[in-house]
Amino acid sequence: MTAQDTHGSASAEVAARVERRWATIAVIIIVVMAGLAAFAGIHRATMPQPRVEITDPSRLHLSGEFVESNLGSVLEANGNVTVHAIGQQYSFTPACIVVPVDTPITLRATSADVVHGILIQSTNVNTMLVPGYISEQLMRFSKTGDYLMPCQEFCSFGHEGMWGKVKVIDKTDFANRAKGGGRLSCVGQ
Amino acid sequence: MLVNRKLILAHFWLAFVVFGIALTLGAWQMFIRSPIGTWLSNPELYYRSLTAHGTVMGYVFPTLVAMGFGYAISESALQQRLVGVRWAWAGFWLIVIGSVMAVIPIALGRASVLYTFYPPLIGNVFYYLGVVLVVVGSWIWVALMSINLRVWRKANPGAPVPLAMFANVAGSYLWAWTAVGAALELLLQIIPAAAGLKATIDAGLARVFFSWTLHAIVYFWLMPTYIAYYTIVPRAIGGRVYSDSMARISFILFLVVAMPIGMHHTFADPQVGAGFKFIHSAFTALVALPTLLTVFTICASVEIAARLRGGRGMFGWIKALPWDNPMMLALAFSFVMLGFGGAGGLINMSYQLDASIHNTQWITGHFHLIFGGAIVIMYFAIAYDLWPHLTGRELIDLRLIRTQLWLWFIGMIVTTFPWHWVGILGMPRRMAYFDFGDPAIAPQALSVTFSAIGGFILLASGIMFIVILARGMRALQVDAGPYRFALAVHEPKTVPVALNTHALWVALMIALTLTNYGYPILNLALSSGTSVPAVYVGAQ
Repeated sequence: MTAQDTHGSASAEVAARVERRWATIAVIIIVVMAGLAAFAGIHRATMPQPRVEITDPSRLHLSGEFVESNLGSVLEANGNVTVHAIGQQYSFTPACIVVPVDTPITLRATSADVVHGILIQSTNVNTMLVPGYISEQLMRFSKTGDYLMPCQEFCSFGHEGMWGKVKVIDKTDFANRAKGGGRLSCVGQ
Repeated sequence: MLVNRKLILAHFWLAFVVFGIALTLGAWQMFIRSPIGTWLSNPELYYRSLTAHGTVMGYVFPTLVAMGFGYAISESALQQRLVGVRWAWAGFWLIVIGSVMAVIPIALGRASVLYTFYPPLIGNVFYYLGVVLVVVGSWIWVALMSINLRVWRKANPGAPVPLAMFANVAGSYLWAWTAVGAALELLLQIIPAAAGLKATIDAGLARVFFSWTLHAIVYFWLMPTYIAYYTIVPRAIGGRVYSDSMARISFILFLVVAMPIGMHHTFADPQVGAGFKFIHSAFTALVALPTLLTVFTICASVEIAARLRGGRGMFGWIKALPWDNPMMLALAFSFVMLGFGGAGGLINMSYQLDASIHNTQWITGHFHLIFGGAIVIMYFAIAYDLWPHLTGRELIDLRLIRTQLWLWFIGMIVTTFPWHWVGILGMPRRMAYFDFGDPAIAPQALSVTFSAIGGFILLASGIMFIVILARGMRALQVDAGPYRFALAVHEPKTVPVALNTHALWVALMIALTLTNYGYPILNLALSSGTSVPAVYVGAQ
């Protein structure tokens, strides 16, 4: 055993200790991150849609919740609002969605042909529209105004022209417009 | 001991030529979608270009670099002639044929489906067959790496596998397995539809198959870069690897946890339930671990070099680093971009934060920082380091090399930072143009312009890179000596079996993939009524 060897093993020990410390810090960072995601998911209920629902895109216009007369916003009996929309090359129907401010809103949407996406700018509303499946997204707007709603997923050559709009209006205005029943969109406003 | 230099050079040259073409397309795309070049009236050209850019940058370029570098590692780390040279050439030619086969339908506008395919959009069948040939060609390389290691093991029973080769083979296995997802999607779903055998396709299932490939492929791109961090950089700057076993653990972790995380690409998709999304989110967090370990080990290795050069003090050693050495510069730039890109990645990994940036320009910014930034700049460094050994000629113009690296770094920052910003504002990605006349979009015009300028800086840097290599083919002849890899501070005399073989980790990788993907895939495959009509590109 030479002095060199002793020195070598001592430095190896130092190295191993420093490595362990760093590895521990790295693991803690990751556990905290995953923990935060779990907390936000469970406590704040910000989780993806729990159920997988399917629908036949070639029959959307014939029957079911996505027939044309059912597209748009509707005020439910409990004061919530439900919006139905579809995406197709290269537009959304309705092209402009009208909703009230400060109200729980459920967006239910699907695609009639290829994959599209709905993104409402300046909000966290962001979901994919995959043909054959129904996307459900909960939303709530705290400010009135007009928001742009581009298609966020490539859907072939016309993708860049596929921009919808969301009009967030006053609660009582919306209630007045919804009085007659039926589905609302920005049309006629 | 580099015997098959022609083979390796062929891979590198083809890689860099296609890279140059794809880079030019990228800069052109940046230009025509910005307010400074709004002359394009036919967005179809944009999507052809985007498909070619993505297909080359995603599949062809990194695969060729990994293969060429892998052959170089196999010969020089194992000190053994490459076994199966003829097969290696066959793999190379398969990639050439596959690339040409894929590019023709793209150029004709019959395959504008981008490199992520987007079923039920279906392009020309030859595009997909071309991609399959590229992958099959690379699988030959995977087999050869495994065989060469086995031959070496027989000749050196029980000896520690050189770190570079251990990592190289881990990378090849990762690629072999991650490519299976896209292969299943292509063979079972897309190609039958493209060939007209089927008229419908389950778009949701296809997206899940693709997500299997879509994230681990990034770690396959990353492998040559990490091999360079551990086994080239410390030697090139006169230092040593801080820890050999830490390096092995990092590569093993990539192999095991990089695979089963891809579903975070479907966070906003309706066909995957919340539970599996959460599992994949947690695994995505876990894959930060090997990178955090690497950052530590490489910083420590670099510190050793600095202190050997007389560096002192808590931070004073940083000054003592050989900053005029291109390898040092490349490493520093790569780490900075990896830092920003990685932080962005951790944000993408969280379902809650992802909702605000999903499919926006933020994502484009993130993966360009990681791939185009952190990864590709080390590909440059690898080429510079290997070139004299491959050509037998010296690369003399270090100043030009440093300028090239600086330009790449600046270009990448100027391109990607504005993308992150407009992404937060909600600018969607993959747009051929924007209506900057719309008052809601007009404020983003400046950011898009900056990105376009960044694109041209990158193009200039890429051209310089190719010129430097080409000039290196005609420079003075030198004897570069044998190609060496960095030594560890404590060279391993024996390595535990678990850190010297891959079998256990490959088994874990497969098992984790099956648990993380098996149920969702089976569930989708068995449910009926989810197939939708295929939409053929270019068929009017």
